[in-house]
Amino acid sequence: MKGVSARLLWIGWRFHLVNLSRSAFYVLVSILQPVIFSSIAFFVARTGSEDAALLRLALGAGLMGIWSATLFGSGGAIQWQRRQGTLELLVGAPRPFLATLLPLTLATSTLGLYSIAATLVWGRLLFKIPLAFAHPWQLALALPVTVVSLGLLGLLLASTFILYRQANAFSNLLEYPIWLATGLLVPLSLLPGWVTPISWALSPTWGMRAIEEAAFGGSAWAELGACLGLGLGYLAVSAVTLRNFERLARDRATLSLT
Amino acid sequence: MTVSLRVFLVGGAISYRALFNWIRPGMYAATMLGSPLFQILFFTYLGRATGSRDDNFFVVGNAVQVAAMSGIYGMTMGIANERQYGTLHALLGTPANRLAIFAGRSLPYIANGLVVSAFGFATAWLLLGFRVEAGAVLPLVVAVSVTTCSCVALGLLIGSIGLRARDVFFGANLVYFLMLLVCGVNVANEDLPGWLAAIGRSLPLTHGIEAARAAVDGAALGALAGPLATEASIGLAYAAVAFCLFRWFEREGRRTGSLERS
Repeated sequence: MKGVSARLLWIGWRFHLVNLSRSAFYVLVSILQPVIFSSIAFFVARTGSEDAALLRLALGAGLMGIWSATLFGSGGAIQWQRRQGTLELLVGAPRPFLATLLPLTLATSTLGLYSIAATLVWGRLLFKIPLAFAHPWQLALALPVTVVSLGLLGLLLASTFILYRQANAFSNLLEYPIWLATGLLVPLSLLPGWVTPISWALSPTWGMRAIEEAAFGGSAWAELGACLGLGLGYLAVSAVTLRNFERLARDRATLSLT
Repeated sequence: MTVSLRVFLVGGAISYRALFNWIRPGMYAATMLGSPLFQILFFTYLGRATGSRDDNFFVVGNAVQVAAMSGIYGMTMGIANERQYGTLHALLGTPANRLAIFAGRSLPYIANGLVVSAFGFATAWLLLGFRVEAGAVLPLVVAVSVTTCSCVALGLLIGSIGLRARDVFFGANLVYFLMLLVCGVNVANEDLPGWLAAIGRSLPLTHGIEAARAAVDGAALGALAGPLATEASIGLAYAAVAFCLFRWFEREGRRTGSLERS
C-alpha cells in the first residue's frame, strides 16, 4: 500500500513537473516575473537611503516566484481538471484524491526553484551581487524544505478550491498579500502589528528566515523545523478538508461545473 | 450612421458582458479591486523599506498603472476571446462597420479602468495617508483618463494579435509586468538604464504617470499638456496599428480559411 502511494507521488510529481515546464505561463510566472520583480527591487533599493542587502532582495524575489507558481498551480489544479473533464475520474479513482493532488501541488512549488535560480543569476550578471553564502549546506537543505512546505500550503488551498468554480479569483487575490505578510521583501516590522501573528502561520515566513540565516550566518535549524512542522500541519488539515469538500461537491453536484 | 453608433454602444456593452471573464462579482472584486489594492500597498511598503522615494511616488504610479489591468487583460479578452469561444467567424460574417465593432469594445474597459484607478487612489487615501489638493483633482482625473485610454489601445493591439497567436495571455501578462518596471511606475525613468528607459518611453503609461505625478504636486492642467499629448499620441498610434492588424488578420483569415485555427 505504502509502495503504491510512494510510486504515485513520484510518478505524479515527475509528470506534472515536465508538463508544467512546457507551459509558457509557468515560464513567465517562475522565471520572467521574479526577474522583473527582483529588478524593480534592485533599482528601488539603489535609489534608497537604507542599506538594503541586494542578495536578500534576490532571495526574497525568488521566494515570491515560488509562491506565485504554487498559488497559480494550486488554484489552477482543480480548474484544469474540470476543463479537461478529468476531475470526476480522478475523484472516482480508488486512490484517495489527496494522493493524486499532492504531487501536482508539490510539482508547482518545485518549479518555483527556477525562480530562485533566475533571480540569483540575474542579480549576479546585471547587478554584480556577490553570491557568497555563509552556510551553503544549510541553504541546500532550506530550499527543498521551503519548497515542500509551500507545496503543502498549496495543497491546503487546492482542497478548498474544489468547492468553488471561480477559485482562480482567489489565486489572483492572494499573491501580493502573502508576499507582504511573510516579509519576503518588506520587513514585517514595517507592517501593522496584527500582521505578525498571521505571518507565523504561513510557512514562507519561516522558509525565508531559514534561507536568510543560511545565507548570512546564523542557525537555520529552528526556522527549518517551524517550516516543516507547518507543512505537516497543512497536510493534516488538507486530508480532512479535502475529504469533506469532496463529499460536499458530490452532494451539490458541483464537481464538474465549469 | 445610427447602425454604426448602435454597434459601437450596444455591441460594445454586449461584448463586455460576454467576453470579459472577470465580470462575475466575486471574481471582479478579487481580481480588479483586491489585487490592485495589495499591489499599491506592496510597492509603497517596499519604498518605505528601502528609504527610496516618498509614498506619493508609489501610490500615484501604481494607482494609475492598475488601470492597465482592465485595459490590457480586459481588452485582450474582449478581442481574442471571440476566437477562443468560437464566435469570431459569426462576428466577421456580419456586414457591421469594423471600426464601430472594434472601437465600441474599448469603451467599457476605459470606464472599468477609471473605476479601478479611482478605487486605488481612494484606498491609498484611506490606508496610506495619501492626500491630494482639491485643485489637483481635475488635472489628475484628466491624466488618468488619457492614460487609461492609451492602455486600452495597447490592449487592443495585444487582443488583435490574439486573433492569430495561440497564447496571447502570455504576451498580456508579460507586458503588464514589464510595465511595472519600465514605465516609471515604481522606478523613475531616469533611474533605469538607457535602453530600458527608451522602451518605457515608447509604451503607454509612462508619460501619463509623469503627468499624474505633476498633477498631484500641484501642476495646473495647462502644464500637463506636453506629457498628456505624448501619451495620447502613443495611444492613438497603438490603436491605429491594432486596427490595421485586426483588418489584416480578418482578410488573411478569410483568404486562408484560418480564422478559427488554434
